Formats: sequence, C-alpha cells, structure tokens
Amino acid sequence: MKVFSIKWLLLFIFFTGPLCFSSAAEHVSSVELINRASEYEARTVTYKGEVIAEVMRRGDFAWVNLHDGDNAIGIWVPLALIDEITYTGSYKAKGDIIEVSGIFHRACPEHGGDLDIHALSLRKIESGKLTPEVINPLRLKQALVLLGILLLIWISTLFFRR
Amino acid sequence: MILKPGKKDIKAIGYYLGKIIVGLSLTMVVPILVGLAVGEISPVVDFLISMQAGLLIGIILIKLCNTDCELNWMQGMVVVSLAWIAAMFLGAIPMYLSGHWGSYLDACFDAMSGFATTGLTLVQRLDHMSLTHNLWRHLTLFIGGQGIVIIALSFFVKGASGAFKLYVGEARDEKIMPNVIHTSRFIWMVSIAYLIIGTFVLSLIGIFGGMKPFSAIFHGACIFMAAFDTGGFSPQSQSILYYRSFAFEIATVIIMILGALNFRLHYHIWAGNRKEIVKNIETTTLFVSIITVFSIVAIGLNQSGIYPNAVMFFRKGFFQLISAHTGTGFQTIYSMQFVKEWNHLALVGIILAMGLGGAVCSTTGAIKMLRVGIIFKAFVEDIKRIILPEKAIVIQKFHHIKNVFLEDRQVRSALLITLAYLVLYLIGAYVGMFYGHPFLRSLFESTSASANVGLSCGITSPSMPAVLKVTYILQMWAGRLEFMSVFTLIGFFVAALKGK
Repeated sequence: MKVFSIKWLLLFIFFTGPLCFSSAAEHVSSVELINRASEYEARTVTYKGEVIAEVMRRGDFAWVNLHDGDNAIGIWVPLALIDEITYTGSYKAKGDIIEVSGIFHRACPEHGGDLDIHALSLRKIESGKLTPEVINPLRLKQALVLLGILLLIWISTLFFRR
Repeated sequence: MILKPGKKDIKAIGYYLGKIIVGLSLTMVVPILVGLAVGEISPVVDFLISMQAGLLIGIILIKLCNTDCELNWMQGMVVVSLAWIAAMFLGAIPMYLSGHWGSYLDACFDAMSGFATTGLTLVQRLDHMSLTHNLWRHLTLFIGGQGIVIIALSFFVKGASGAFKLYVGEARDEKIMPNVIHTSRFIWMVSIAYLIIGTFVLSLIGIFGGMKPFSAIFHGACIFMAAFDTGGFSPQSQSILYYRSFAFEIATVIIMILGALNFRLHYHIWAGNRKEIVKNIETTTLFVSIITVFSIVAIGLNQSGIYPNAVMFFRKGFFQLISAHTGTGFQTIYSMQFVKEWNHLALVGIILAMGLGGAVCSTTGAIKMLRVGIIFKAFVEDIKRIILPEKAIVIQKFHHIKNVFLEDRQVRSALLITLAYLVLYLIGAYVGMFYGHPFLRSLFESTSASANVGLSCGITSPSMPAVLKVTYILQMWAGRLEFMSVFTLIGFFVAALKGK
C-alpha cells in the first residue's frame, strides 16, 4: 500500500512539476526582455515563439531562435531538449511554436555578452507545417504579357533595321 | 543667364539612363536562376515581371533618345542622380511583389538602402522570406557598392570621356587605371575575387557553427556582400547576432575593414606595394580615428558597466564601432539596446564613427578619411604659420599613393563636402525630432541614413511616418552620391523652369 502511494506521488510530481515550475517563471515577450533587460537579469523567465531558421548544434547544446512576432531571441538549449522540434520557420515552412523556461541574460558572460535565455525546459505548444507555394495566376499573365511586348519590340526593331 | 536644357541634353540623358536601366534589369537574371535552382517559382515570377518592366522602360528610352553624342559634365551628373532614383523604383518592384514590405514606399526605402549600401530596413517577416528575394536584397548592396553606373561602364558605355563623367558623378573621383572602363572592370575583378574567398571562409565558419552546408554557403555569400560593400543587410532578422559565433564576428570585422579601404589601395596591395597601407593618409587617419572613437565608446560602456570583460567589450563595443566606422551597419545587439543599455557617451562615440566613415573610392559613405586627413593637415599648416617666423615658407605634404603637396583647392573641397554632410546629418535629426524623437536618437538615425551606415536605435520601422521614410531615402541618396550630382540635378530642373 505504502509503495503504491509513493509511486502515485512520484508520478504526480513528474507530471505537475514542470507546470509548477513554469508558473513560477514569468511569461515575457521579446520587447519586454529587450527594453527592461536589467530587471529580468539572471531571472527565470518563460518565453514563447516560433522556431525560425536553423537549429545550430554546438557540442552538447544548440542555439534555437524563437520569434514572438516582434523579435527573435536566441535560446541556448541542451541537446536532449531539441528532439521535440520538427519544423523551423522559413519561406517553405511555419516553424513549431515552442515555450521555453530558462534563465535570462542581458549580457551573457558565457556567450560574449549576447542577450539570451539558457533553457531549463522546453515544450512544444503547436506543431509547425510545410507551407506550399501558391503561384498567383494574374502575375503569371502579367509576366507573359510583358514578354510578348518585349518580343514585339525586338521583332519590330529587326523589321525597321531592314 | 541660365540656359534652358535643350532637346540634345534630354536625348543624351535619356539614352544613357536607358542603358543603365537595361543593365540593372539584366542583373535580375541572378535571382531568377537561383530561384529556379531552389524551386521558388512564385519569386521567380516576381523577378520576371520586374526584369521585363525594366527592360521595356530601358529599351523605350534608348530607342526614343537614340544619339551618338558623348556626355558633357552636366548631362553625366544628371544621368547618375536619375539612375539611382530609377534603380530604387526598379529594385523595389520584386521586393513589393514579395509581400514582405507594407507598401511600395517601404520597398523603395529598402531598395535605396540596398543600392546606397546603407542597410536600414523596413522589411517584415524577414525570417520567412524566400532565398530568391533575400539574395536580391544582398545583390542590391553588391551592385550599389561597386556602383550602379559601373555596371553600365563595364559593359554598355562606349567612349572613355563620357564614361569618366558618369564615374565621377557616382562619387568616385579616383581612377585606379588610366582608362576608367578598365578601372571599373578592375573594381569588379577585385570584388568577385574577394567574394569567392570571403564566402568560402564564412561558409566554413557557418558549417562548424552548426549550419547546414547549403545554408552556410548562402549565408556566407549574403553576409560577404553586405560586409564588403559595407551595406549591412543580413538574411535573418537578428543581423550578425543570429550566428552566435566569435569567429564569424572576427571574419566580418576583417571584411568590413577591407570594404572600407580605397580600391586604389587594394590595387597597390595586389601589385605587391604593401608599404602603402602604412604610409597612406587614409589608412593612418582611419587607424587614429578608430582608436580615438573606440576610446570614447569604451569609456561610455565602462561607465554603464554592461560588458565587464574584454571578450564582451570586443564582441559588443568594438564590433558595433567597426560596423559604424566602416558604414556597414551589422549589429550584434538589438536596436533598442543602444538606447536602453548604452549610455549617451557611448552613443556619441558611435555617431562620430558613423559620421566619419571609411576611405574615398570605397563602398563606404560619410565624410571619409581622406577629407578628415586633409582638414587635419590644413589645420596643422595654419598652426605652423602662426608659430613660425613670418618669412618662413610652410609646406604641408601628405601621402596618398604618391606624395602630394597640400593645396587650398583640396582643403576647400574637403571642407565643403564635410559641411554638406554635417548639414545633412542635422536636417534628418530635426525631422526626427519633429516627430517626437529625442535629439540624440534622431541624430543617430539621421547620421546612419546620411552616412549610409544602417545601424538603428529603433526609429526606423514600418510604422514610422511617411515623411520620415522619404527624408531618410533622400539622405541615403544624397549621402551616397556625395552631393555634386544631386546639386546638378536640382540645377538642371531649375534651368528647365527658369532658363532661356
């Protein structure tokens, strides 16, 4: 009976622990972090944004850039946490929306004074997707019309030369 | 009596302008080919429309204004100043069609910023931009940096006399070789050689920094073009901060300095005359200026206490300083950090660096080192005249490729251009203040636009008033052309209205 309750207690801590942790950390935007950097210095913050460009692996860690609509902030993430990331934002894809909790540095001593967040936990909020390219048929017609006019001018030039 | 420009003038201007527009339109073949290679069809269509529209306008101008006349000075200057405006309108078409700019004015802002190698930007959702459009942004820096007219000189303009007038109109009054067309080709050759080496080095750093090889090469090429042409655009919204790499920052600092050197100096270095680096008035002035201005920035940053160790000082303070002094505009901090984290003294240091600039006949803007050096020499000469006996003959010399005796004519010219730049910096600052921005921030942004730097302290944004956008466009244009061809254009219009 005692073993059973300890098991349940451990499971409870495992699932609710990150929630408790993230609620203790402050939810912040990139504008707040940049404009009020000294206030957030060395504090645990929670920041949410779209993963953009590439995940750059550096040894046991990786740089992940999260864009919240205003700015992209660099997140220093342990490699073990990046497995959740599937899509990164580019012309051809919408990146995963990720929430990270971590320690904020206005001028990180480990990374040459960069403004960054050292992630402690990472959670995927929304999965990204590939964004298929849509070709505007009107633009295609405009390109063809212009090509026609240019060809016409070229042909008329040949005619006038003769 | 002011003479009204005649039909002959208008035909000559139209003919050469047409040739330059055709040349510029053809440069869009590069993004079209890249777009096809990476399978970005929609951007390719945007560029096809833009290129064909440009070719159409150019060909019509050539046909309507067909002439055998060689350009005179007035016509040459007017062609150059109009060519830059035409380039802005043409270069903005694919940008606007991409949907990443809020309006055509915003796209024109970025096109002028690109061609003038400034680097200020109003782009939105940059991190989702196609490679094709992103390449075009950086290509505008490369084309503008070497000189829009230089393209035409290299391939389309016959006759050295007319070519020289166009070359001078584009703020390049130094011939590297006896023939100006050969000079243009040399500038292209040097730039392409550096492009290959620079892209290779940056790509390698990118790959070691965790980037995929294709991405590293693309970023390497874009960043090289932006650094060597002291432009400052970058493929990602975080500028150089995105790469999070000390090695990448060192490489870009070296490329920025190379871009800020006189092409004539590059020629002498290539020819084996390496002593010229130490002897030349521009390099010595640049060296002294960097040390002086960095001292100001360093004292300011030390007071603010944000970067407590040497590595941080280099990567934030020195990097931003070199970026400002060379007129590049790369940032390893966020724009608002200038305002929120740096103190006024450090900001003043950066404004001074932006206002001074690099070498003449380089891709930098601003007052430039040769003029600063000449003014300093003239100042020393005048002090000597006061100190020495009245009968003493005071001669001042300086070394710029060869030993040159300082003449009043050179001092007057240097002072006039310096004064014009200072007035331009202040005009933009006043417009910024009119829209409610503090003086120092307004001066920062105005100097950045006029000196074709591209650093921003947060004023430049898509939401800024249209008048401020137009002001910065005009500042970038006048600053890049160093005023003479702009003044000639104004004179041309006055003559057309009031002349007889």
